[in-house]
Amino acid sequence: MSAKLRPGQTAEIAGPKHAMVFPKPTVVASMIKRAKRPLLVIGSKAPEIVTDDGDLIDYAIKIGKKGKLTIAATGHLIGEFKKRKAKNVYSIPFMNLGDRLRDTDWNGFDGKGHYDLVIFAGSQYYMEWLVLSGLKNFAPNLRTISLGNLYQPNASWAIGTVNHSEWMSILKEIIENLEEKK
Amino acid sequence: MRHIISIQLFNYGRRQRRTLSKKDLNIKIDELESSLGTIKGLEIQIGRITDEEWEEPMGPTPFPSVGTFRDWDKKLLNRYKPFYMPLCDLCCLCTYGKCDLTGDKKGACGIDQKAQQSRIVLLACCIGASTHTAHARHMLNHLLEEFGRDYLLDVALNTNVEAPHIRLVCGYKPKTIGDLEEALDYVETQLVQLTAAAHTGQEGDNLDFESKAFHAGMLDHVAMEIADISQISTLGFPKGVSEAPLAQMGFGSIDTKKAVVMCIGHNVLPSVDIIDYLMEHDLFDKVEIGGLCCTAHDNTRYDNRAKILGPISWQLRYVRSGIPDLVVIDEQCIRLDIVEEAEKIGAPVIATSEKSMMGLPDRTHDDPDAIVADLVSGRQKGVVILEPRKVGEVVVKTAMAVSPKRKEFKEPSKEKLFENMEKCRGCLECVMACPNNLPIMDAVKACAEGDLSLLSELQPLCVGCGRCESACPEDLSIISYMYAASADQCKDECFQVRVGSGAITDVEIREVGRGIVFGEIPGILALVGCANYPKGGGEVAKIAEEFLKRRFIVLATGCSAMDLATTLDEEGQNLYEQYPGVFDAGGLVNVGSCVSNSHITGATIKIANIFAKRPLRANYEEIADYVYNRVGAVGIAWGAMSQKAASIAAGCWRLGIPVIVGPHGSKYRRNLLGRKDKEEDWITLDARTGDDMYIGPVPEHLFYAAETIEEAIVMTAKLSMRPNDTTKGRAVKLSHYIDLSKKYYGTMPDDLELFVRGESDLPFTMKVELLEYLKKKGWEEGKIGMPDPTLLDRMIRRKK
Ligand code: SF4
Ligand code: SF4
Ligand code: SF4
Repeated sequence: MSAKLRPGQTAEIAGPKHAMVFPKPTVVASMIKRAKRPLLVIGSKAPEIVTDDGDLIDYAIKIGKKGKLTIAATGHLIGEFKKRKAKNVYSIPFMNLGDRLRDTDWNGFDGKGHYDLVIFAGSQYYMEWLVLSGLKNFAPNLRTISLGNLYQPNASWAIGTVNHSEWMSILKEIIENLEEKK
Repeated sequence: MRHIISIQLFNYGRRQRRTLSKKDLNIKIDELESSLGTIKGLEIQIGRITDEEWEEPMGPTPFPSVGTFRDWDKKLLNRYKPFYMPLCDLCCLCTYGKCDLTGDKKGACGIDQKAQQSRIVLLACCIGASTHTAHARHMLNHLLEEFGRDYLLDVALNTNVEAPHIRLVCGYKPKTIGDLEEALDYVETQLVQLTAAAHTGQEGDNLDFESKAFHAGMLDHVAMEIADISQISTLGFPKGVSEAPLAQMGFGSIDTKKAVVMCIGHNVLPSVDIIDYLMEHDLFDKVEIGGLCCTAHDNTRYDNRAKILGPISWQLRYVRSGIPDLVVIDEQCIRLDIVEEAEKIGAPVIATSEKSMMGLPDRTHDDPDAIVADLVSGRQKGVVILEPRKVGEVVVKTAMAVSPKRKEFKEPSKEKLFENMEKCRGCLECVMACPNNLPIMDAVKACAEGDLSLLSELQPLCVGCGRCESACPEDLSIISYMYAASADQCKDECFQVRVGSGAITDVEIREVGRGIVFGEIPGILALVGCANYPKGGGEVAKIAEEFLKRRFIVLATGCSAMDLATTLDEEGQNLYEQYPGVFDAGGLVNVGSCVSNSHITGATIKIANIFAKRPLRANYEEIADYVYNRVGAVGIAWGAMSQKAASIAAGCWRLGIPVIVGPHGSKYRRNLLGRKDKEEDWITLDARTGDDMYIGPVPEHLFYAAETIEEAIVMTAKLSMRPNDTTKGRAVKLSHYIDLSKKYYGTMPDDLELFVRGESDLPFTMKVELLEYLKKKGWEEGKIGMPDPTLLDRMIRRKK
């Protein structure tokens, strides 16, 4: 098994259907660009994830702005986004978000329709694993991406298990390839 | 000729619809004229003695069967729909399988993924409830033998309602410990039915599985009640807060100059015999008895000279410290490698329950001195002794004889504890195996280079599971390293814990009932469950403190009640020392061990019965309807781990009490979540008129895994709201919700408009600011109703 396909916790092996690993960061960027209603979900560990010039919240804000993504801040994270004056960010408990995403009648935070691509980063590994499992099983038409640096087998696509510096350069490349959407 | 014959038939299930077993029959003949003459006042009873002294008429559901409350459960499950998150997509429960159930696939038996997940939930609840039931059975059988069937139940001071769960579920009023058997028989019978429902080709609908899980939870609370009230009545445990003294907890509470006995588990009976033996032989100055997990709580309820070593998660740490001279295990939550671990430190193990014999030889019928000789000489590393009355002698004699021989283990050198750490090959296996992904590798490497700080920082975050060691290819003793890095500080730690006080008394219920039901006391918060924390036990204390300051009633049991004691303020005082141990606003009560959880739900039942005068006898739905709509109780099991935690929570769900778990609790694989965005989900009946009314999403969820404690704290404030809150009560609750959101989320809540029924609900000091906010949100006064809320048609007083 390639190192990238190794789950972030030893026993977290799901079942026959598991995530594909992105061949290169540009593919992530183009998937986001192609999506009509993408949503970026940022979990409560984001402030602890240090980047070259800040933390994962800063990266999330950049991704959100460049790719015109709505951001869902889970846990108690909304305050951090507000402090940084980020726009288009909604607060929602992680479990509630999973529950709504599997409901095809949910029209999103702005009431304009369901999301077609949901991208996860910065969550507690096992909680993200479970929410993605709920979506894999009960929201068959929803595409999911895990941007974490530990392989998430229940996503549709994942970066896979990579070390911190490799991860950071992948995230940077994704951001660079997301030209500002009008 | 006149025949006046009344026949009462009781059965474990819906009356009239079941076949009778002989123990169910009670025939009462008031007057019968026959060819043999006139017979008056004849009563034939087979089995249970009917309760002639309880004036309250029998309610609608004595001894409910598996399907009796299906409609009630579905009312709740319709509002709080399960969100399933499979922990495994496969099923391997029968030899048709393995089956892949991913997505819309079905197993060979026809089951789908939702039903499979709910089946696992049911199984977890059955295991949990069976564990308490088996505990209760062991306890009761022993106490019946020792004290006799007629020993009077005496549970709490000035308390008439001694067994709210038994009264509510079974419909009778136990007076003696012998009377408890009937309820226990009933619980056992029902649990077999529930377990059978999980068999291949049996139940197939996820909501029916869920309803059965609720049933298991309800039964669990009856079983816990039986276990606890029987031991309170007979063993002299405190009968209320006024009788609960302080006990000591932590490494520093143990005098290592004495022989040290370490008891692990949940069943106090073997420990009682050890304590009795120490008293009878005046040996308390020579032997320390310390406990881990719930046995520790119950030991201190029996005699507060016993010490609490700590929660379940400290087992390995204590053994590695080398301090225990002998380990006694009873039942539940014992590390299953305890014999191997104890052997490494030269401490014999005595197993005392048939449920947990650990491969050791059964010496129950042997001469105590012969057993002691074999253990002291090391001929046997451990034994099984199933007769509690023999345990004390063997334990004390062995511990005293072994202790002087164990000097080399008692104070292991740091060199020994840190052995081999330089062999770390940096493979990260430990980190990947750790449930909290703790940075173990970095800490081990730093320590090998002389920096102990990282390892010592990990110690309070570690849940003591040992997965890192088992994954390590070099077999490094990571837990010993963590202990050694912080041993000097650990050894001095000694905390005060208020001893478990048991049931809440009727007087206390009378005094606070009004405040709770009208919302002036903002809520009851119960901190329960195991120690599988994401960031250490200090978080439990942080939650407790936040709500104590806000004048909630805070109750605690089990490992959570222990962890509360470990956080100290600047003056070195913990919450037990800072807050009064009373069941009242701003009071902190350690209720006791796991089985004492029944008193927390029991208190909510008693509020409905004693304060609101709702009939209790076999009247489950009405009481649950009351608790759900009126009693702002919330449970938090921040470190929930076990199947017992699942069944305890399930008993809360059926009563309509929301439960929050920590992030690891998401692995129970489903949440029960309300949808505040769907108005149609929050329509309730007004009992005054029968009208449907929108009440807003209160309480919003029934079972909810929070990602962070900040989220849990804000959610607790929100879940304490009930449709019945008075305007004053709602204003108090809203002010906490707003204040905590600002504090922990750095912003106002974004859903306030769903909880404000009218201007008078607004906290006075924030009125202007809030009206502005509500205006922007398009809020309308009066859209949210203030009915006399009920989910039950039969509670409507005047139908249109
Ligand atoms: S119980 Fe059903 S799903 Fe499970 S292995 Fe058997 S046939 Fe397959
Ligand atoms: S024992 Fe502690 S450090 Fe080791 S895996 Fe368990 S939680 Fe992690
Ligand atoms: S598993 Fe063992 S060898 Fe590997 S990094 Fe962890 S401590 Fe070192």
